[in-house]
Amino acid sequence: MNTIGRTTANWIILGLTLTFLIGPFLIIILAGASDTEFLAFPPQGLTLRWYAKVFTVESFRASFMLSMGLAIFGTLLALVLGVPAAYALNRYDLPGAETVRTIVAAPIIVPGIIVGLALLRYVVVPLDVTVTMALFMAHTALVLPYAVRVVSSSMHNLRGDMEEAAVLLGCSRFQAFTKVVLPNIRGGVLAAFILGFVTSFNQVPVSLFLSGPGVRTLPIDMLAYMEITFDPSVAALSALLAFMSLAIVFVAERLLGFSRYV
Amino acid sequence: MSDTYVQLTDLTLTYGQSVAVPELNLGIREGELIALLGPSGCGKTTTMRAIAGLLAPASGRITIDGRDVTRVPANKRGIGLVFQSYALFPHLNAFENVAFGLRLQKLSANEITERTLQGLATVGLTGYDKRKPAEMSGGQQQRLALARSLVMQPKVLLLDEPLSNLDARLRLEMRTELQRVQKETGVTMVFVTHDQAEALALADRIVLMKEGRIEQLGTPADLYARPETAFAAEFMGFENIFRVEGGKVVSDKGTLPLGFATTSPLLAWRPDGVTVGSGPHEGRVVATSFAGAHREYVLESALGPIKADADIALPRVEIGETLTFDLPEATARPLAA
Repeated sequence: MNTIGRTTANWIILGLTLTFLIGPFLIIILAGASDTEFLAFPPQGLTLRWYAKVFTVESFRASFMLSMGLAIFGTLLALVLGVPAAYALNRYDLPGAETVRTIVAAPIIVPGIIVGLALLRYVVVPLDVTVTMALFMAHTALVLPYAVRVVSSSMHNLRGDMEEAAVLLGCSRFQAFTKVVLPNIRGGVLAAFILGFVTSFNQVPVSLFLSGPGVRTLPIDMLAYMEITFDPSVAALSALLAFMSLAIVFVAERLLGFSRYV
Repeated sequence: MSDTYVQLTDLTLTYGQSVAVPELNLGIREGELIALLGPSGCGKTTTMRAIAGLLAPASGRITIDGRDVTRVPANKRGIGLVFQSYALFPHLNAFENVAFGLRLQKLSANEITERTLQGLATVGLTGYDKRKPAEMSGGQQQRLALARSLVMQPKVLLLDEPLSNLDARLRLEMRTELQRVQKETGVTMVFVTHDQAEALALADRIVLMKEGRIEQLGTPADLYARPETAFAAEFMGFENIFRVEGGKVVSDKGTLPLGFATTSPLLAWRPDGVTVGSGPHEGRVVATSFAGAHREYVLESALGPIKADADIALPRVEIGETLTFDLPEATARPLAA
């Protein structure tokens, strides 16, 4: 193929890829603005009333708060567990470290439906935990692999002799960790938090199993809403959530070069 | 030994099941610059880590200034260590790197600033206090690491391969710098190196180590002129080492008659101790190179290859030609078996 042909082919592939990635996003933005009582694309007339309605639906507000809470505190707990785990896996030549790495990654590899069912059958029911607690545990477990992975990669270049140097200057092992290790993996920890937050917030299959009466995460609530009401407000809400995720990733990229860690 | 400052007594150091250093005994004097010299795996770094408290000995004792510190943790031992990689804190600037240890001591802000700036000045880094380590050259980073240890006024300063990461010109500069700092502060310095030239140039005394044991201990002049074993001789540049059997010099390749009587089982000659251009023996030139003040030859003789330095005034002999040489008594170093 000549150069022009190859360039054209590249542009076509790039165009298709972008269409595929951005197309659905444009569709929901427009569908949410359709001046109809039902979900329609292409939109028939344009209005912002569905975008406004989103904020008036009581269950959306409750489930949004729940999803926010799960995403923030579940990810924080995953980091509290994951940062020391990543540190131990990197720093010490532990027997079976490879196995631990594989197990930690399991929730990424195993389909969410299976994780949800397993948690329901073997944790939630036997232990009789509340729905909120069950969701909290599940979201923490789902985010943990990302926390360990992302923090691990930022710890990889951190040499052990820096901590030894800190100890010889008078630090305890713990001080060496807080004064030398943590400041140098700050970017990785923030990246892990954002990735975990977005993962948790958008999580569907596991939450589907664990949600209970009156306690639903936002994505599950949207599914339930759509089963009864088919107006464009769900599309409007989806568009708003997509903008939120986009804004978070954009700010993160600007502040700390997020893409270096993921 | 009344002036011993650091004393290692029957110190045994292990990694898991393998013994790296068995029952080491060594006395280090106050204010001296001592080198632990040896090839990799000889236990020199292990010994240094044990003195620092980063490695707990399996048995034995370490005393510093008369006090048993064997069980004192590294952060309470008051010992400085300049790492081979420098181990600077990348998130802190030069000032904060040096101030790091002082801040932990909860000193007054004035004293911290004063001592930190003084420390930076000692190593010639005045004005660099705002720089991050990544914005400094290798030589500057090393001096920063040195300052960071020195401001703590350590009882002993340990240096791990202090010159190995520097280029030739900086090496010379740093060597002078270390000697000057040592003279100014009077701190006892122990440095680890595999480079005999570095040890000879810097140290007051050299501890030559092999397989976890002290092979020989002495001043640079001592070790250079009077190595006692084949290992020490080889390390000090005696490149021609042969057995003596029945008045003959013997190698695995063959024998040559020896021109004098000796009772030593081994004899060694430096390349510049071999007479070239005259003598009873002959060798074929297999390699030659110009080295400024002299010309280096490798001669294939009845003993196998002989390394010999010839005066530059002698005419150059090409590869494949034959040269006469001698292994004279005057430059022969007798060694223990």
